[in-house]
Amino acid sequence: MSLDAIDSSRTQRTLTGTAQLLLALHLDGPLFIALCMVGAVGSIVLFSASGSSLDMLEAQLMRFALGLIAMIMLAQVPPRIIRNAAPVAYVIGLIMLLLVMFTGDIAMGAQRWLDLGFVRFQPSELMKLAVPLACAWFLHERPLPPSLTSLLVVGLGIGIPTLLIAEQPDLGTALLVAAGGGMVVLLAGLQIRYILSVVGLLVPVAVVAWHFLLHDYQKQRVLTFLDPQSDPLGSGYHIIQSQIAIGSGGVFGKGYLNGSQAQLEFLPERSTDFIFAVVGEEWGLIGLVTVILLFMFVIGRALYLSATAHDTFSRLASGSLALTFCVYVFVNTGMVTGLLPVVGVPLPFVSYGGTAMVTLMAGFGILMSLCAKRKLVSR
Amino acid sequence: MARSVRIKDHHAESQLFEQRAVVAAVLMVIAMGLVISRLVWLQVVKYDYFADLSQGNRIRIEPIPPNRGLILDRNGLPLATNAPSYQLELTKEQVADVDATLAGIAEIGLIDKENIPTIKRDLRGRRSFDAVPIKLQLTEVELARFAARRHQFPGVEIRPRLTRYYPLAESSVHAIGYVGAISEDDKKRLNLDDYAGTTLTGKNGVEYAYEDQLHGRAGFQQLLVNAQGRSVERIGNEAAKLERKEPVAGNDLFLTIDMRVQQAAEEALRGQRASAVAIDPANGDILAFVSTPAFDPNLFARGLTRPEYLALTEDPDRPMYDRVIRGVYPPGSTVKPMMAMAALEYGMVTPADSVFCRGAYRMPGVSRPWRDWKPGGHGHVDMRKAIATSCDVYFYDIANQMGVDRIHDYLAQFGMGTITGIDIPGEKIGLLPSTAWKKKAFRRKEAQMWFPGDTISIGIGQGYMNATPLQLAHATATIAGRGQRFKPRLVRAVRNVTTGQVTELKPSPLPSPHVNDPGAWDVAIGGMYDVANAPYGTARGATANALYKIAGKSGTAQVFTVAANEKMRKPGELAEHLRDHALFIAFAPADAPRIAVAVVVENAPAGGSGFAAPIARRILDTYLLTPEQLAEQDAKRKPTPPPPPAPRPGETE
Repeated sequence: MSLDAIDSSRTQRTLTGTAQLLLALHLDGPLFIALCMVGAVGSIVLFSASGSSLDMLEAQLMRFALGLIAMIMLAQVPPRIIRNAAPVAYVIGLIMLLLVMFTGDIAMGAQRWLDLGFVRFQPSELMKLAVPLACAWFLHERPLPPSLTSLLVVGLGIGIPTLLIAEQPDLGTALLVAAGGGMVVLLAGLQIRYILSVVGLLVPVAVVAWHFLLHDYQKQRVLTFLDPQSDPLGSGYHIIQSQIAIGSGGVFGKGYLNGSQAQLEFLPERSTDFIFAVVGEEWGLIGLVTVILLFMFVIGRALYLSATAHDTFSRLASGSLALTFCVYVFVNTGMVTGLLPVVGVPLPFVSYGGTAMVTLMAGFGILMSLCAKRKLVSR
Repeated sequence: MARSVRIKDHHAESQLFEQRAVVAAVLMVIAMGLVISRLVWLQVVKYDYFADLSQGNRIRIEPIPPNRGLILDRNGLPLATNAPSYQLELTKEQVADVDATLAGIAEIGLIDKENIPTIKRDLRGRRSFDAVPIKLQLTEVELARFAARRHQFPGVEIRPRLTRYYPLAESSVHAIGYVGAISEDDKKRLNLDDYAGTTLTGKNGVEYAYEDQLHGRAGFQQLLVNAQGRSVERIGNEAAKLERKEPVAGNDLFLTIDMRVQQAAEEALRGQRASAVAIDPANGDILAFVSTPAFDPNLFARGLTRPEYLALTEDPDRPMYDRVIRGVYPPGSTVKPMMAMAALEYGMVTPADSVFCRGAYRMPGVSRPWRDWKPGGHGHVDMRKAIATSCDVYFYDIANQMGVDRIHDYLAQFGMGTITGIDIPGEKIGLLPSTAWKKKAFRRKEAQMWFPGDTISIGIGQGYMNATPLQLAHATATIAGRGQRFKPRLVRAVRNVTTGQVTELKPSPLPSPHVNDPGAWDVAIGGMYDVANAPYGTARGATANALYKIAGKSGTAQVFTVAANEKMRKPGELAEHLRDHALFIAFAPADAPRIAVAVVVENAPAGGSGFAAPIARRILDTYLLTPEQLAEQDAKRKPTPPPPPAPRPGETE
């Protein structure tokens, strides 16, 4: 039929046009679409988790849009500039972290914010990107796998900001920053014996940290993780309630907007760190597995892209960003399901909250820039 | 794997990266697999467990208190009802400054300043989202006053509730009792499951004794709540299916009390510290149950303020004191009919045996005389006339002949010295003395001895002997029924509110006093008939012109002992609290008794026949006459409203 033919050709033309546009913008089609899908699912879930708050939904969509713009803009930046900017961003981030330590605003009992006059800014978010990029920058010109000296330098480069952030205290972000740097080192080909010795070293470090470094509330989280029932209305409450929410969702869930745990506010932080439990309660196992598969696709695609990148810096940086995203997802889902202790790591693109969303999208923008198939490859 | 090389090998590095990326991807799949298996564990394997937990989380069971049964008089007139009332309730979490709010409410006069600490203590024990009543039963004026200023008091609301209401206020309060806040002691006694949501419980009288009938069973409703425990309408967009079990209302009670009689008695006793009980001899039904002064039971349902409570408890006339079952008085001459029957039973005398009364009784070997109330004496009196004239000498003599233990054993068969078994708690047993009693009651050896002289006073109902007005009425009903005895009762029937079915309660018969010769009843009743009808009867003044025949017996109980050598005084000459108590027992109609009554007036301005008998007459009239007959009789008397008949000189009966 002629009409159909016209229609299908129009569709084809639209698709081709879109593909060309994405290509021109150095955006990876599958990853871009997958990210948009995650954002859409996240917004739908957030609406329910926020108790049908249109205000929160609007704010979240605004941030997602802002994140998209950041991503598209960063995707246009040539990889060379990104590479050269990496150490600069790292130094600026470190200085700001030190500033926060002395002057930062205190919000929610933690010193995380730096007031720049026009905008309140969380330097630790910058470090989520700056640390892996700086590590990749440091290692890309040296022979790989890295030598012991390089490892020590990189170790310091990761350790200092991590400790500063953990002291704020923000264990979740510290973990992600350390993971970002650590992934670079691992991807750079860190020898197995070093990995084993680091693991061996972690045990005494953990003991020292437990006694001297961890805050009481952080210790409490670990203790509660080991035995949630010990304090069912105190710190164990989160874990117990989120497991009840997920478990009572069953295979098919209670239905959108019908999760009693979430809607009746039994589930704490239902719209932020524990939003994964809302998905589980209202959409059931099917919903959760769908969300996980979507995330796995994003991670897998990002990892694939990084493997196709042309230079070491791009490979290490983008691979690290992909794997950090994986850490995000695993730590959040693990904590909400009771596999891991409660650390404040949001579920990317779904949890309500501004800076993390923008940082993530920016990370994907950098990744797309580094891995884009350019006609003229810049080394 | 490439060994550490000093120069960069881009191809090897790229391969190394790919290797690591594959390992990372595998690790990712393992990690996510872990999460998914955890989800399967939570959502599939343990689904039932968590589904149960989530139910418990969101459904709270809230009790629905049952409606308390009504209390009606024997003809269905409501005496205790449930009235909608408005109360002031405060919800802590909605009040910014509780102190300021309470002070503000005190300022507009809705609560007392002195009560604020109590209210705050009550508030402390409650959850922040509970509405706690801080003032019950607002009057319309108070309601209006608060309504005009309610914007000043966010978190304080007026709520309608059902509370106990006694439409006749003070009337028959001692029989009905009252409800008040559940105390710690109540909590031990009551099945608290049924009292969830209830704040009041029976405290006395029928309200207390029939609590299990009146209260009913609490229902419940399931409420959807959020984590703060606050009630919400629905989860998301779906209204929840919630269970509700309706409460079972308490049963209504029909009292035996006839409000016409009750109120006539109350009217007649007004202003006195007195009591009156009327009993139907055919079944033990209490037709009137009056103790004055009384108090308004509505105060207790509303919650007494401290000054109100003190006013009640510190009133020297003791309005809360139930004189009918807790007041004990020397029965005085009202025991004489029973005493006469005892003498017949033990064969001490025959009815026709006569005694010559010179105005005093002398016991052989004792110089001190026991005086008759009539200084000149009654001359020759047989048993019937001795009752009719209330000749003390005659009864001194027969008491002396019988001895205290025989008196004790016989009068006990009329219910003296023991509880009558009335269906409300708190009854006193009075005192029917015996040698055994005296041995137990006194510590000193000398005091434990029973002296013959002790017995003589017992003959006229004085000395150690005392009895409650209820015991006297019960004994009178026993005489009227010629030995037929029933436990006095205040509740005649129970109505199931749900089915409307009325269950009549069976009277509880008690063993009759033993009589060798049933003629003994005729003598006792005949003597009492003469009291009211013979020209020499002591109460003929009060019983004159009755449209039916009355049988009665007056009594005057000495509070203040007049020394033997002292001149008798007129009651009016003594301080009020030392005056004698005036007693009168009666039943009517004499030949077919339908009502027996006992009246006791403490420290009365006149004696039994002069002061108590007209009151008894009023009660009998009200019960036995039609309202028209009563009105006609009142109209005839109107021109000369009977002043408390002037006591005839020296009468103490």
